[in-house]
Amino acid sequence: MSSEQPPKRPARVVKRAAASALPASVTPAAPHVASALAASSPWAYAPAPESKELALIRPRYGLFIDGQERAPASGEVVITYNPATEEPLAEVAKGGVEDADRAVGAAERAHRKVWSRLAPRERAKYLYRISRILQERSREFAVTETLDSGKPIRESRDVDVPLAAAHFWYYAGWADKLEYAVPGRRPESHGVVGQVIPWNFPLLMLAWKIAPALAAGNTVVLKPASTTPLTALLFADVCRQADLPPGVVNIITGPGEMGMAIATDPRVAKVAFTGSTSIGIKIAQGIAGHGKALTLELGGKAANIVFEDAALDQAVEGVINGIFFNQGEVCCAGSRLLVQESIAEDFIARLKDRMSTLRVGDPMDKNTDVGAINSPAQMETIGELVSSGVAEGANIWQPECVLPERGWFYKPTLFTNVAQSHRIAREEIFGPVLSAITFRTVDEAIEKANNTAYGLSAGIWTEKGSRILQVAAQLKAGVVWANTFNRFDPTSPFGGYKESGYGREGGLQGLHAYLKSS
Amino acid sequence: MGKKGGKKRELRGSPLLGAVAVPDDARLEVRRTPKLYIGGAFPRSESGRTDVLPLARGGSVNIARASRKDLREAVKAARSAAPAWASRNASLRGQIMYRVAELMEGRAAQFRNDLLSHGYGKSEATEEVTASIDRLVWFAGWPDKIPAVLGGTNPVASSHFVFTIPEPTGVVAVVAPESSPLLGLITRLAGVLAGGNVAVIVASEGAPLPAVTLAETLAVSDVPAGVVNILTGRRAELMPHLSRHADIDGIDLWGCPDELLMDAERGAADHVARIARRPHGEKDRANAFIGERGERIDGMIAFLEMKTVWHPIGT
Repeated sequence: MSSEQPPKRPARVVKRAAASALPASVTPAAPHVASALAASSPWAYAPAPESKELALIRPRYGLFIDGQERAPASGEVVITYNPATEEPLAEVAKGGVEDADRAVGAAERAHRKVWSRLAPRERAKYLYRISRILQERSREFAVTETLDSGKPIRESRDVDVPLAAAHFWYYAGWADKLEYAVPGRRPESHGVVGQVIPWNFPLLMLAWKIAPALAAGNTVVLKPASTTPLTALLFADVCRQADLPPGVVNIITGPGEMGMAIATDPRVAKVAFTGSTSIGIKIAQGIAGHGKALTLELGGKAANIVFEDAALDQAVEGVINGIFFNQGEVCCAGSRLLVQESIAEDFIARLKDRMSTLRVGDPMDKNTDVGAINSPAQMETIGELVSSGVAEGANIWQPECVLPERGWFYKPTLFTNVAQSHRIAREEIFGPVLSAITFRTVDEAIEKANNTAYGLSAGIWTEKGSRILQVAAQLKAGVVWANTFNRFDPTSPFGGYKESGYGREGGLQGLHAYLKSS
Repeated sequence: MGKKGGKKRELRGSPLLGAVAVPDDARLEVRRTPKLYIGGAFPRSESGRTDVLPLARGGSVNIARASRKDLREAVKAARSAAPAWASRNASLRGQIMYRVAELMEGRAAQFRNDLLSHGYGKSEATEEVTASIDRLVWFAGWPDKIPAVLGGTNPVASSHFVFTIPEPTGVVAVVAPESSPLLGLITRLAGVLAGGNVAVIVASEGAPLPAVTLAETLAVSDVPAGVVNILTGRRAELMPHLSRHADIDGIDLWGCPDELLMDAERGAADHVARIARRPHGEKDRANAFIGERGERIDGMIAFLEMKTVWHPIGT
């Protein structure tokens, strides 16, 4: 951000330490980049805020069950905040076990009486309709998403919302072609599907879950994350607008116990969860022995491997995108940089240079690169892990940048001199924190990349094609981006190896997860 | 179909039937000692334990009762065999599996005798053996088809070339079907092998002899040592350790008794192990693997990891 502020923001801008626990030892940025974002710099941008008025956020939201908005059994509400301003956005129903029971009942009835009897081509048309409505209302969704989650408007506008619409579009076409999806077998829907999604890509994760489930003929009960319920509740309105039969999609907000109640309900035949590995394990244990199908998309600690022959400037962009996209609150974030020793010094210098020009601040500003951290709890997690990095002896570096006074923001952070045993090299931080490790040989790079309990994604940067294929084959990761990073597409499956979970979302493989085949 | 317990019939030439009377002038048969199969070797259980298993036509046989340590040794052997098996080209993997079918054909009589010993009727036993050999041939054709059927190229909207290939999960424990001791075992094992995984098998507890003979067949086949390891013993004793062994990447729970299933799945969840199991509500029954319906590939698919690789198109 420059010193010029958008009018709605507090005029006072102070430099603020990124995390309470941190910063005594933070090295100042190199002099030549330190003031890259100062007002006098050619890099300074005038504010370009998106209008909040595009989001028609209501003061209060109920649960979406059986096509209707209902008050929760508890009568209680929770408040969802704008992470960039710490201001309350809306009151949202605090659902519970009773509400879960009611939602599953509605989904079960809708499956039995309506959705499973509907001609597949009609099912397809509902999904096409939903996709179209998402496209038509894309700006409203993007603004709501950014206000509720803290992610930059540029990302919600250009990535989250169009991809969500594209997912519905893609799976719409599968709904009446299921026999081609499972050649030689007779595909059937599971019935009622219980889905629990995280706060980092609220609408996109909803689309990844609901689109293939409906296409395969299931009905769903979905629980959005507690801190980011608004686009899911707005999606309920899309379902109504599309005249989707009541009960086919049920969206209920509430705490983790409610999510577990959905998962363990005997009428729920399939469970899909995206979130942390620890919660995923709890869900898998909770439904053990119940004969339910389960897919898990859990944490990650991706290695982004830069070989000495890589196109360095492109690799820098890729590494930056890999870790700072959505503030690093991405399960497939390239949070470990593995850089070949021969170019490490040069590469780190270029990386710092580029980090110094990242614009951190108001997510509603169209020029913002790094927005707000989703919640104070997540701020704390990031701060705690960063402190551990400092305590364990890694070298921390952060660019000089001015963070807004209000809101939950964290400076882009780079650790060098990181050992594989450090917590910042092993644990998922889910924040804008990159841990750099060096390697000498290809084998060493592969070994270090695979030296993690996770296996969601990885990146390879080299100009040598044969090396890409060799390394890609040996990486234990579900998605390998070569000379690119953080690319997603509805036609392309996404999901992890090892403790990053099982099952895939997207593509034909993502459809299989929602079909029984006999 | 099932066991015809205790029904006595004459059985010639079985090395297993101790109770068959030997005429004075006949040569005394050399009996086989059923052992475990770990890393290509045939050890007894390190615990020194055996269970006495009565045979259908009288007499009994001592079955090695694998311990937790035997299980660990088997997993270790499997893990070290995994990379080489996974990196065999798919066509070769299929040929190696086909070769096992060839050898099974040659030992059909022994497999049949094993089943007779467990109380199968003659025609049932013959059918189970031939169906098992045919099933293995069926699966031998899979390895080089899997990527085309389950993977592919993805027509993404951006300018990237993107493909998805199935890869093996790694070490898979197979709790073999209890009531289909040969056909069920072959079906579950073949899916795992076709996908490029290595296996640690817990054989049918009540009818382990076909698994013992399979071990002896594999030992002289081209399947490298450690790719298949076979344990005999008690499920209730092995299951808790098997499901919680952190170096087991996947578990086929088809043969897991209902009362052990919840604990086994919890154990697997601890380290996010992949699982395959009987369809909900389906019993572990002898006819589950018969005919085309028995060509079950769920146990093959469950232990495949889809890897998607992206690369930009352009200069």
